[in-house]
Amino acid sequence: MSDWQPLASVTQLQQRALLLSSARAFFAERNVLEVQTPVLAKHTVTEPDIQSIEVPGFGYLQTSPEYHIKRLLAAGAPSCYQLGPAFRFGEQGRLHNPEFTMLEWYRLDFDHWLLMDEVAELVDQLLGAKPYQQLSYTDLVGPLGDRPRDELDLAFARACERLSAGRFFITDYPAEQAALARLNPDGLTAARFELVVDGVELANGYWELTDPAEHRRRFAKDNESRGQRTLPQVALDEAFLDAMKAGLPNCAGVALGFDRLVMLALGVKDLSQALAFRGQ
Amino acid sequence: MATYSTNEFRSGMKVMLDGDPCNILENEFVKPGKGQAFNRVKMRNLMNGRVWERTFKSGESIEAADVIDSDMEYLYNDGEFWHFMKTDDSYEQVAAGAAAVAECQNWLKEQDIYQVTLWNDDPIAVTPPNFVELEVTETDPGLKGDTANGGTKPATLSTGATIKGVPLFINIGDVLKVDTRTGEYVSRVKT
Repeated sequence: MSDWQPLASVTQLQQRALLLSSARAFFAERNVLEVQTPVLAKHTVTEPDIQSIEVPGFGYLQTSPEYHIKRLLAAGAPSCYQLGPAFRFGEQGRLHNPEFTMLEWYRLDFDHWLLMDEVAELVDQLLGAKPYQQLSYTDLVGPLGDRPRDELDLAFARACERLSAGRFFITDYPAEQAALARLNPDGLTAARFELVVDGVELANGYWELTDPAEHRRRFAKDNESRGQRTLPQVALDEAFLDAMKAGLPNCAGVALGFDRLVMLALGVKDLSQALAFRGQ
Repeated sequence: MATYSTNEFRSGMKVMLDGDPCNILENEFVKPGKGQAFNRVKMRNLMNGRVWERTFKSGESIEAADVIDSDMEYLYNDGEFWHFMKTDDSYEQVAAGAAAVAECQNWLKEQDIYQVTLWNDDPIAVTPPNFVELEVTETDPGLKGDTANGGTKPATLSTGATIKGVPLFINIGDVLKVDTRTGEYVSRVKT
């Protein structure tokens, strides 16, 4: 007999449905537009620590709706959000599944500080209100010195787990970990934040980089570091870069792992219990 | 030599770490959203029983350990080694030293079947069944009439092991069922 039974109970699925509609209501009240961008598309991200699932002949399952939503914003769309599936190759564990539900939203004329306030409001609505603390990246992992990136990543992952109770915004990431956030005026740290709730890394946000030349430089650097790690090169998404050239308006954006949020709301320790099925 | 990559790690898998064979107990995938992936692995060193926790970069490989668990019949002790025989009709025998037999000494009875862990064909551990039946060789005299409640006493078994929690009505020569995981009395099998 195959193991055909679902992972989450019916009650858990009902709670999940309530959280989905509550999240949509949150954005409807704030006039943030729900959009649906392709889940399967020709291009994917260059980030060396994110591997995409390739679909031969079609492209890649998208690891986040970031590039498409930014193209919408560059074309004049208002603040908007997407609540739907995203995919990452090789990520499977207690807090990971190759297919997961991502809630990603962009706010025009917000910086990352304003967006952090809104993330807290959403989390308060879905998980109940609690206080938030703010810590810098170096508060968490200690002085950077010339520690290699993998050592920092491990220290960061461990430090997040130690924040096992409470809600924490982590700010001031090193510039090398800016991804697509703009840099702070000090030039050493990025306008990037993450939210850790009860030891679980829940959301990652930026005051978005808008400079088209800097985008190209960072993508090239990603591919260089992919080369050093014998990972496949990723072709640059020229449509996205053209949109950046046309002009991304001043905005902040954040991606939140919705399945993890459901997991926290249910008070369970494994993502499985927030999912109908694992798929693998 | 076979190797396993972190994404193949499963509990029960036998691997080499720092020159010793280890049994993987737990494997957790850990990854910051924008950072590198790791596997935090708990494993038991099969040579000394210690549990180690190690973190590997995801995708790293480690050497497989040629470790198999084999059911074998206990034959005898020659003063230095404990001799076991395979139960697969091959009559093949192995001699296990004190380090491998360790606490299982307390539960060894001739002709009973034990699990012998072989690393490169050498016995490194002997695991008893969860329950064994052994004769009492020494205990305080039994108290008549005390069959259900009341106190307990220690008893020494034919292997030399002393167990606790034995009811007062047990006598020398009785055969007891013992839980080898806790070393405790379960029931009397025969008088």
